[in-house]
Amino acid sequence: MLKGLLVGNVVVDRQLNFLVSVNVLVLVAAVAIAGTSFVNVYNLQSMAVQIPELGLLGIGVALAMIAGNGGIDLSGIAVANLSGIVAALLVPMWVSADDSPLIFAFVFGGVCLCIGIVCGLINGLLISRAGLTPIIATLGTSMAYSGISVVVSNGSGIRLGYIEPLDDFGHMAVLGVPICFALFIAIAAAIGVALRFTPFGVRLYLLGSNAKAARYAGFSQSGLQLVTYTISGILASIAGLIIAARISSVKWDYGTSYVLIAILIAVMAGVRPSGGYGRIVCVVLSTTALQMLSSMFNFLDISNFFRDFAWGLLLLAFLQISRIDLRSRLFGKS
Amino acid sequence: MQTSMAGLSGWLIRHPPLFTLLLIVLVSLVIGAISPQFWQMANLFDMARASVVTGLFGLGFLVVLAAGGIDMSFTAIAALLMYWLTTATAAYAPWMPMGVVLAAAAVGGMLLGMCNGLLVHYLKAPALIVTIGTQYVIRSFLLTFVGTELFVNIPMSIENFGKYEIWRVGTDNGSIAILPAYVLVLVVAAIVTWWILNRTLMGRAIFAIGGNSDIAERLGYDIRKVQVFAFAYSGLLAGIAGMLHVSSNRLANPFDLSGTEMGVIAAVVLGGARITGGSGTVAGTLLGVVLITLVNNVLILAGIPSTWQAFVVGCFIVLAGALFATREKR
Repeated sequence: MLKGLLVGNVVVDRQLNFLVSVNVLVLVAAVAIAGTSFVNVYNLQSMAVQIPELGLLGIGVALAMIAGNGGIDLSGIAVANLSGIVAALLVPMWVSADDSPLIFAFVFGGVCLCIGIVCGLINGLLISRAGLTPIIATLGTSMAYSGISVVVSNGSGIRLGYIEPLDDFGHMAVLGVPICFALFIAIAAAIGVALRFTPFGVRLYLLGSNAKAARYAGFSQSGLQLVTYTISGILASIAGLIIAARISSVKWDYGTSYVLIAILIAVMAGVRPSGGYGRIVCVVLSTTALQMLSSMFNFLDISNFFRDFAWGLLLLAFLQISRIDLRSRLFGKS
Repeated sequence: MQTSMAGLSGWLIRHPPLFTLLLIVLVSLVIGAISPQFWQMANLFDMARASVVTGLFGLGFLVVLAAGGIDMSFTAIAALLMYWLTTATAAYAPWMPMGVVLAAAAVGGMLLGMCNGLLVHYLKAPALIVTIGTQYVIRSFLLTFVGTELFVNIPMSIENFGKYEIWRVGTDNGSIAILPAYVLVLVVAAIVTWWILNRTLMGRAIFAIGGNSDIAERLGYDIRKVQVFAFAYSGLLAGIAGMLHVSSNRLANPFDLSGTEMGVIAAVVLGGARITGGSGTVAGTLLGVVLITLVNNVLILAGIPSTWQAFVVGCFIVLAGALFATREKR
C-alpha cells in the first residue's frame, strides 16, 4: 500500500506537468488559429462559464473511479437534468420569481441540492448496501432518473425566463471572474484538500488501491462508498443548477455526450480507472484543456458531430498515453 | 407458508431467468386482462418482429459479457453499417442480392468488433470506457463523414427481404397479421450462439476468462484471442441486426438505434448474465429480450404513457442487478 502511495506521488508531478503543457499547447494552437480574439476577456469569460458543469461531472466520475471496485458514475448528467427540471417545476409553485427573485434563486438551488443528495444516496445505497456493481447501478439509475425527467416534464423543455439572481449566477463576473466559475474552483479546491488531508481522502485512496488492506484497516467501507457516491450526486446537481442558470431552460436530454466527456476528463486527468489514484487539480486542468479545445472548434466552425468524434479519439488516445506512463514507471522503478 | 415463501424466493434467486419468466407471465396476464388486444396474433407478431434486433444485439452482448467485457458500441456499429451499406448499395449496386449485403454487414461488423477487442486488450483499460470511446468515434464518424439525412430509397432486394412471410393469419377485424421470415435470423443466431458457448472450446475459454482471467491465463487460454473473438462476434451480430432494422423499417435513419443499448443491457442482465462476466445463458438472454420487448410494446396497451418506458427499463436494470447481488452474497 505504501509503495502504491509512493508510486502515486511520482506520477503526480508528471501528470500535472503534462496537463499544464497540454493546456499551454492548446492555448497556443488556438491563438495561432483563431487569433488574439481567443484570449480577449469576453471569450475567456464565456469559456469559464462553460467549464463548471463539465468539471463537476468530471470530478464526480473521478471520485467514483478513485474508490475502486470498478467504480464509475454514469448517472451524472441524468441527475443534473433531473434536479434542474424538478426545481423548475416545483419552485414557481412556492415562490414568485417576479416578487422575490432572490428567494426564488436560493430555493431553486436548495431544491437542486436536495435532488442531488437523494439521487446520490440512492446510487450509494445500491452500490454499498445492496452490493450492485457500480456500472449496473448507475446505468440503471441514470436511465431511471432520465425517465423521471421525461415523465414529469412530459418530454419537453421548460423555460425559466429571466430571473436576475439566477442569471447573474450563470453569467456575471466579479473582478473579471464569473461567479459560477469561482464556485467551481472553490468546490474543486475543497474536494482536493479533503482528498489529500482528511481521513476521508486517505481512506478513499486506500479503498481504491487495495480493498483487502482497507478491510483490515477497520473503517466502514460501505459508509465510505455511500459518502463518495452521494458527493458525486451533489456535484451533479450543482452542475444542473449551473446549467439551468446559464441557459435559463432545462430539458431531460441536455448534454447527451456529457457521459463520454465526464469520463474523458477523468481519464485525461490521469485518474486510474481501476481505482486508487487521481488528483482533483489534474481534473480541473483537463477540463480547461478540453473546454479550450472545444472553443477552438467553435472558432473553426466545426460541427458537433465532429467534436464527439474528436472526444472519442482523445479518450482512446489518453487511455494509451496513461498506459505508457504506467509502463515506464514500472520499468523506471525496478 | 413462511418457509415455502422463503424457499420460493431462494429458488428464484438461484435461477434468475425463472424470475424473468415469472415477470413475463405476470406482465402478460395483467396486460391481457386490461387489454384483450394483447393476445391477438397481430400484437404477438408485432412483438416477435420488434424483438429481432434487440435479440441479435443481446446475443452479442451476452458473449462479450460472458468473456468478462462490456460492449457499449454495438448500436453505433449497427447504425454505421446499415446506413453506409444501404446508401452504397442503392448508389452503386442496387441489383445486389440481400445475402451479399448481409454478408458484407456481418464482415464489416466483425472487423469493427475486432478493433474493439484489440483496443480493450492492448489499452488494458476497462472495456466499458474503451467501448464508450469507440461508440462515439463510430457514431460521429457516421454523422460527420457519411451522412445525416434520412434515406428512403431502399434497394429492392433489401426491401423485399423484409417482406418474406412465414406465417399469415387473418384477424377478426378483417385485416391480416404477418410473421416476417427474418425472425428466423434470430432463431439461427440463437442456436449458433448456444452452440459456441456450450459445445466449443471457444465457449469454454469465454466462460473461463470471464470467470477469472488470471487463472484462465495460467491454464493456457489465449486471452487476446478470446477477447477479440467475443467483440468480433458482437460486432458481426450488430452488423446483421442493422441490416434487418433497415429491411423491416424500409428506411435508413442514421440517428436510429442510438440509446437502445440500455434496453439490451437490461435484457441480458435480466436474463441472468452476471455483469462481471463468466456466466449467462442463451435461453435466459432470450427471456430477457422478450421481457424488455414486452415492456417497450405493451405499456401503451396498458394505458401507461410511453414516457414511462425509460423509467421502467431503468428500474428493471437496478432490480436485476440487486437480485444478482443477493445471489452472490449467499
